[in-house]
Amino acid sequence: MGEVIGIGAAPKRKEDQRFLTGRGNYVSDIKRPGMTAGVFVRSPHGHAVLRGIDKSAALASPGVMAVLTGDDVKADGLGGLPCGWGISDAKGVPMKEPPFPMLAQGKVRFVGDMVAFVIAETPEQANAGAELLNIDYEVLPSVVGVLEAVRPDAPQLFDDVPNNICCDWELGDKAAVETAFKKAAHVAKLSLVNNRLIGNPMEPRAAIAEYEPGTDRFTLWTTSQFPHVVRFLMGALVLNIPQHKLRVVAPDVGGGFGVKQFHYGEEAVITWAAKRVHRPVKWVASRSEGYVSDRHGRDHVTEAELALDENGKFLAFRVNTLANMGGYLSTFGPNIPTNLYAPLLGGVYTTPAIYCNVKVVFTNTVPVDAYRGAGRPEATFVLERMVDVAASEMGIDRVEIRRRNMIPKEAYPYQTPVLVQYDSGDPMGCLDGALVTADVKNFGVRKAASASKGKFRGLGYSTYVEACGLAPSRFAGRLGARGGLYESATVRVHPTGQVTVMIGTHNHGQGHETTFAQIVSDKLGVAFENVDIVFGDTDRVQFGMGTYGSRSLVVGGAALSKATDKVIAKGKKIASHLLEAAEVDIQFESGKFSVAGTDRMKTFEEIAGAAYVPHNYPLEVLEPGLEEQAYYDPVNFTYPGGCHIAEVEVDPETGTVTLVNYTAVDDVGTVINPMIVEGQLHGGIVQGVGQALFENAVYDEGSGQLLSGSLMDYCMPRADHLPMMKVATHSTLCTHTPMGVKGCGEVGTIGSPAAVINAVVDALSHLGVTHVDMPATPNRIWRLLQNASLPVAAE
Amino acid sequence: MTVQISFTLNGRPTTVEVEPATLVAELLREQLNLTGTHIGCDTSQCGACVVHLNGLPVKSCTLLAPALDGAPLLTIEGLQGAPGSNQMHPMQEAFREHHGLQCGFCTPGMLMTAIALATEKPDLTEADVRHGLEGNICRCTGYQNIVVSVMAGAAAMNAAKGE
Repeated sequence: MGEVIGIGAAPKRKEDQRFLTGRGNYVSDIKRPGMTAGVFVRSPHGHAVLRGIDKSAALASPGVMAVLTGDDVKADGLGGLPCGWGISDAKGVPMKEPPFPMLAQGKVRFVGDMVAFVIAETPEQANAGAELLNIDYEVLPSVVGVLEAVRPDAPQLFDDVPNNICCDWELGDKAAVETAFKKAAHVAKLSLVNNRLIGNPMEPRAAIAEYEPGTDRFTLWTTSQFPHVVRFLMGALVLNIPQHKLRVVAPDVGGGFGVKQFHYGEEAVITWAAKRVHRPVKWVASRSEGYVSDRHGRDHVTEAELALDENGKFLAFRVNTLANMGGYLSTFGPNIPTNLYAPLLGGVYTTPAIYCNVKVVFTNTVPVDAYRGAGRPEATFVLERMVDVAASEMGIDRVEIRRRNMIPKEAYPYQTPVLVQYDSGDPMGCLDGALVTADVKNFGVRKAASASKGKFRGLGYSTYVEACGLAPSRFAGRLGARGGLYESATVRVHPTGQVTVMIGTHNHGQGHETTFAQIVSDKLGVAFENVDIVFGDTDRVQFGMGTYGSRSLVVGGAALSKATDKVIAKGKKIASHLLEAAEVDIQFESGKFSVAGTDRMKTFEEIAGAAYVPHNYPLEVLEPGLEEQAYYDPVNFTYPGGCHIAEVEVDPETGTVTLVNYTAVDDVGTVINPMIVEGQLHGGIVQGVGQALFENAVYDEGSGQLLSGSLMDYCMPRADHLPMMKVATHSTLCTHTPMGVKGCGEVGTIGSPAAVINAVVDALSHLGVTHVDMPATPNRIWRLLQNASLPVAAE
Repeated sequence: MTVQISFTLNGRPTTVEVEPATLVAELLREQLNLTGTHIGCDTSQCGACVVHLNGLPVKSCTLLAPALDGAPLLTIEGLQGAPGSNQMHPMQEAFREHHGLQCGFCTPGMLMTAIALATEKPDLTEADVRHGLEGNICRCTGYQNIVVSVMAGAAAMNAAKGE
């Protein structure tokens, strides 16, 4: 008999045994009888007319079974990839939404755009066949940067999208902001770039598709964060497969970070191909292939202005952003730099007026979509850099200016001027905690010690809020979402009292098998080891929207909590029958149903057993069985937030920035498993540190070639880049989620880039440096120091 | 054309026919169905494929299968205690104890590197561990708990040796 493990405990993870022993089951590990191998042939050009494809040599190559192209897609009457979120400009004019074909038709629009799919007996034969395809391209000039793409003479990606602008979007009260700027004692300005990132989950994307003629059913195994959504988008909207004839399985998935959230053309092509060749087809991306086909993240160019009164109080904030969409609209592409960005520009401050204009722009680059944090790190970066610039220009201490403008704890719920209403929070409490943990009061001593070695030390703050728990369907629907964003859970109690949970979220490293089991163990009083969590298979799990936007615990956990409440309610009915007592007199506590005020009781196991052995049951009022399902749609987003403090040391000889200390105090609401929360915070912080110091997807303007096209050229954070971080939680409870949870998956990535860059600027401020764009690579810093024309090396 | 190679795989004599261009990672995964060794990149940067050849850690995605001939090879599947049991190596236990993994994809390579580090230098410092893990990328954990796990695993390996 195992132990009940409750909320707030930190049991070791259920999923670890299989991962530690090499027994995980990732898509690339799966083999199917008669399996063939597929290879995608991708455009080597950023922008080109596709004049024709000669398949004959490839088809004659040994082992090659088929070569599929855009013409075959057209001949089969198949749809393009749908965009899941439609946005409109201020006048209500919908965004330009050009088709996104599964395989290129007429034109290719980025290096990596899919042109053909070659299927052969083995991967080697498919590769050899792919080499023999004769593709006639008429190469066109590429445009990869947003500033260049909106110029009148820029190459045009789509004939009916003038200036490559998909949508000219805005939010906020423009007139109120203008009025406030006229009254301002000081206006701080900042231009910045939010660098393009590549998600790099360690498991490359992969898919296997199979068609069974006997049942007319398709199965797709795919590296996905949301298999039900893939089933819906691909089945209903791309391939016209009836939902009940399509099974999508996302087994163990080796990291997602948003990159595996979207419906990709590869999934549709491979599923379609499996029926055409009547054999299972497998495709596994190489890392380099992932670089030109996994959706990228961020990529903004921004001009921001902050108006302040003479005391440093923020009066108004104005932000103009150009956001890169890449060559096509990915699943949630247009939503990220608009709805998930502008509403967070209030941050944790009381700024009364905010206006944001976002031009969403097509370029000849990999499509951009949600990447860990998605829109919210970009908002935090602009705001927290802006606050530092304003503080420096007005001669106000950076902590003091934050305090003067922070929303006090007692002012919650707090309505911002940009749509969202924060339900709870305590930014000042997080800041106070972080100041102590980071030992800010002794920073001067450490800075002097660095100076004595000829190094510059800097301290950087980032106080932030995010909108998590995507999302309230009603709210999302008003903002253009084309689907609901609720979650579902089924709690199946077996006759023995053991429990299987079927949940619509997806676990790809977040530890859901453990956290969700704790919730069930806690609520039902059953042993932790007697709870199994099932996810990632549309044939086993009723429905779900998957895992992204820190929604699993917030929305999925709430559905699970509701379903367990229904199990308890049904259990009380069964207990009232068995104990011959009125239902209102039945109490449930610590796994026991008892009659109030008596010692008569039945254990959870006894009730479960009785539910399936309905002898003498009042069947007219009580059904047998003990299985309950709940769907949960939240009333609001949740608003995790916190304060991050980074401390860096810059070597002026080389320009190298070393992160020497990192502190994070985050408000994530109720903590179900502190060990897992801490792990999520660590991982998120390092992804943000990666953006700040190392990572950058670099394109060559004109040719559209991705220059950082492999792990050799794209600098990922490694173990020796990092210090031991100090993370803690300072939680206020969410007022509208059943357990008070807020979500923790993205907080690290949202808080950290601004903290690190603010620290780098602080370290160099004595040289007149006021801004450093990300990533703060040694080359960039060294050049900055040379241009500063000031004494660099300490004497 | 294939060649025949014989080697010791996780303690068992093994003979296979391979194409000379087959990589060890492919041989393990495709031919021998040992899918615990993962392939995370194509430039030998990520370390998800680390195995021990002649007792030393190597990246099996850039090693040709014929190089195995006559040598002992240890993979993640060879680490556990009794076959079929859930008994784990002290380093595996340490990773579990200290939450040194999240999605689990880089984990087999991390463990193989970690065991080699601890074997080579029993009194590992944090700096040694961070430096020693430079060839293994993890995107999930931020490395902090991996570093803690490796140090604890090394201590446990030392303690086991002393018994």
